[in-house]
Amino acid sequence: MTITDTYYLVLAAMIFTIGAVGVLVRRNVLVMFMCIELMLNAVNLTFVAFARQLNDVRGQAFVFFTLVVAAAEVAVGLAIIVAIFRRRRGTTADDVRMLKG
Amino acid sequence: MTAVIFFIFAALALIGALGVVLARNPVHSALLLVVTLVSVAVFFIQQQAHLLAAVQVIVYAGAIVVLFLFVIMLLGVDREESLDDPLPHQRIAAIALGIIVLAELIFLAGHNWATGAPAPDQFALKGGGTGLGNNVERVARVLFTDFLWPFEITAGLLVIAVVGSVVLARRSGQPVEMVEEEVDEVDDVDTLEGEVAAP
Repeated sequence: MTITDTYYLVLAAMIFTIGAVGVLVRRNVLVMFMCIELMLNAVNLTFVAFARQLNDVRGQAFVFFTLVVAAAEVAVGLAIIVAIFRRRRGTTADDVRMLKG
Repeated sequence: MTAVIFFIFAALALIGALGVVLARNPVHSALLLVVTLVSVAVFFIQQQAHLLAAVQVIVYAGAIVVLFLFVIMLLGVDREESLDDPLPHQRIAAIALGIIVLAELIFLAGHNWATGAPAPDQFALKGGGTGLGNNVERVARVLFTDFLWPFEITAGLLVIAVVGSVVLARRSGQPVEMVEEEVDEVDDVDTLEGEVAAP
């Protein structure tokens, strides 16, 4: 059997959904970040699948920018987590309910 | 053969993704994230995105997950946490919404809705005349010609991210030299409290 682009798109949809549900369900900020990475990866997979379907290399170039944004987001996000942890001694999202200094 | 590889790594990717969400220990989540990331890299190879597969493994599995693990170890949060639901019905609502999103996305994926003018030969992923080279050369040519300006901007974005991380991770309002003294003071207070509490 041949693996068409639809297979990849459905798989990416599943990974994206798992990541989205993870962000909603988990309370640990670090795990929420990992779920965001899952969603970004699902989008990357979709980009690459469409790049092959349309025979256009620009789809792959876009994945590059997604990767850069993901790396920057993780760097800043983890710095924020470290800053919050210093104050609150916890990494659950409930610890930042009150965004006061 | 392609189908076998696809289904094996699709199962691995889904198991890894589910594991990230369900694992109680953040370290296990990070390690299961690597399983998903490497599986996605395999899918990239299957779809003629060889450069992206290498970048995926190097940047994601090599840098981002290591950064995650580093912060987990730095903060010492590598312990089990309860998965109890703090808000009533929040988990049920989240899963219901997830099912709706999944249904919508699969509905979209099942319809071949990617349309548009066919790409010119210079952007071809495969074929499209001679002299275009392999996947790395093609991506590089697009990246350094048509996407040169966005590419430069991402460099600025990375610099801003690095500077922002440094500013955020530094103790706020304190000059760098003060940090060590401050730590000493905190340690002293801790020892004093320990001594007071001991007897």
